[in-house]
Amino acid sequence: MAELNMLEAIRLAMDEEMERDDRVMVLGEDVGKKGGVFGATEGLWAKYGDKRVLDTPLTEAMIAGAAMGAAVYGLRPIAEMQFADFVYPAFNQIVSEISRLHYRSNGTFSAPMVIRMPYGGGVHGALYHSQSNETYFTSTVGLKVVAPGTPADAKALLKAAIRDPDPVMFFEHKKTYRLFRAEVPDGDTVLPIGKASVARAGKHLSIFCYGFMRTCALEAAETLAREDGVEAEVVDLRTLRPLDHETLMASVAKTGKALVVHEANRFGGYGAEVAATIAEKAFEHLDGPVTRLAGPEVPGVPFHHTLEDWYMVSPARIVAAARELAAY
Amino acid sequence: MARTDTKLRHGDLGLADADVLGMYRAMLRARAVDERMWLMQRAGKIAFIISGQGHEGAQVATTWPMRRGQDWMAPFYRSIASAMTFGMSAEDIITAHLAKGDDVSSGGRQMPGHYGGAPYNIVSLSSPVGTQVLHAVGIAMGAWVRGDDVVTMTQFGEGTSNQGEIHEAMNFAGVHRLPVIFICENNGYAISVPLDRQVAGGSVAARAEGYGMPGVVVDGGDILGCYAAAKEAHDRARRGEGPTLIEARVVRLTSHSSDDDQRRYRDPSEVEHLKEQDPIPMFASELRDAGVLTDEIEESIRVDIKAEINEATKSAEARPDPSSDEAHERVYAEPIPGGGTPVALAPIEGGSH
Repeated sequence: MAELNMLEAIRLAMDEEMERDDRVMVLGEDVGKKGGVFGATEGLWAKYGDKRVLDTPLTEAMIAGAAMGAAVYGLRPIAEMQFADFVYPAFNQIVSEISRLHYRSNGTFSAPMVIRMPYGGGVHGALYHSQSNETYFTSTVGLKVVAPGTPADAKALLKAAIRDPDPVMFFEHKKTYRLFRAEVPDGDTVLPIGKASVARAGKHLSIFCYGFMRTCALEAAETLAREDGVEAEVVDLRTLRPLDHETLMASVAKTGKALVVHEANRFGGYGAEVAATIAEKAFEHLDGPVTRLAGPEVPGVPFHHTLEDWYMVSPARIVAAARELAAY
Repeated sequence: MARTDTKLRHGDLGLADADVLGMYRAMLRARAVDERMWLMQRAGKIAFIISGQGHEGAQVATTWPMRRGQDWMAPFYRSIASAMTFGMSAEDIITAHLAKGDDVSSGGRQMPGHYGGAPYNIVSLSSPVGTQVLHAVGIAMGAWVRGDDVVTMTQFGEGTSNQGEIHEAMNFAGVHRLPVIFICENNGYAISVPLDRQVAGGSVAARAEGYGMPGVVVDGGDILGCYAAAKEAHDRARRGEGPTLIEARVVRLTSHSSDDDQRRYRDPSEVEHLKEQDPIPMFASELRDAGVLTDEIEESIRVDIKAEINEATKSAEARPDPSSDEAHERVYAEPIPGGGTPVALAPIEGGSH
């Protein structure tokens, strides 16, 4: 067991997979000599060379589209979008091409590739370096969408994504990159995509979250236990598509109350899918309204720290929402 | 176009009589399939057709140097002759247009004209224009990373040449000297909008200079000129010297598609004289002048093709329609909850590795 932060875990996953399988390559902006703007690919260029760790021009459509071509050819590309906010020029490739290739070719072509994207706010990145835009992709059939919250999960799920026969959007919350260190199992640990984890067991209400919100929800749960005697169960979804219905239902059956938390805005957000699933499938277990706590309805995270603080979903807000729900 | 200036003799290009006759036959076959499908569309058997008529010379000639089973192609919706030259059969094409359940391109999932075929290294095509050019560049990148002797060719129209993704693709291919050939089939119209409203400066090939690659203009009626340009591009790619942009000036003999009527926007005198630019009789006359094509050979080729197309049509029509029971399948390569059921998939193999 090594104590790693998120970034180190992600880097190690790529390194191990590149070592294991010479079809795996990395491409993106500044991923080579510089090792990425966050350092996720640091050291890979020196180890694997110019071609397998490929600096691209500032062309997101090309990064996604060429990755798909390479995947069709037989490689296992890992494409890095420098920020999730900059993925939109590649949207046509991801939505029209990458997600639909397998279906439209009647299963005769596939795009086994990963698109890694740093997302999320709380880092003074303002409107265009803070977005949580996962919903565009979770609503696109043909993609798998992963958003880990711990270094161990990040490593094991990124390895799974690289080996997956389908395209995987891999969301890395940039605030978690260096936020904390945690134990990461040594060796080739791979987690299945599509399995949530119970981060903290509880009996009074369930908090469903992913990414950085896991950290916030766990902190909130401690406060609730200490100050209110409310034992919140924290379920880290880890994979957003496919959604792990089993773990979701088991938790709601146990607690009867569901609070869905995410950083992106509420309207039509990912929480709507989770809430609707619970409402449809766990109705008889519910003992309170399925509740969403999400970012506000503004077009992005504003820059000044007072504005950013106003935007961000925080442990305190989760505590407040949970108290309201627990009161039912 | 200075067609006579570039006129070449096939022997000078290393082509045997059998090669040029083969090219002529390929053009006639593509035309025959195309014409048959218009008939079937008019008869209500095919929902939609988007034609390659007028493009066949450029398509057959530029595809001719491509090695089947080794090289790759990312086609566009007029690539009927290219796809057939690269391995798709008349029956494959007609089956796809009938949207039959065992259609090699999509199993009846895509509209007609969306060529693709895993057995032929022809990448499945979608409808947003120009996306395939990045796939070609990605395949070329894959071959370059692996050090494989593989050349990728992609085709698109001059309207599509204005898409941002084309710029991204060509720039990237130029930066790394990727083994890819860009074929712009310039027929002068993006549906109804003429060249002077689409392409500033009037030349797509001229843009190549900015990407650090040769830009070559060829006349789509000069079949051997098209072949020579593509052969050189293929050789360059194999030598590691990078991509080439070939702009083939072709004629669109039909309306944009079966849903379009070009008389609404093309000058009547222009429409009237289109047939005079048909590359097929042009090439026939060239081959006759060269003493390669005779009445007997022509007749024999036409008889063969007619029989082939009749048989292909009959056989395609007899194939099963897709079943809606399977419509939810093959969404993911692996089963996931709510995402379809597993199917046996051929492993993704590419190139020579």
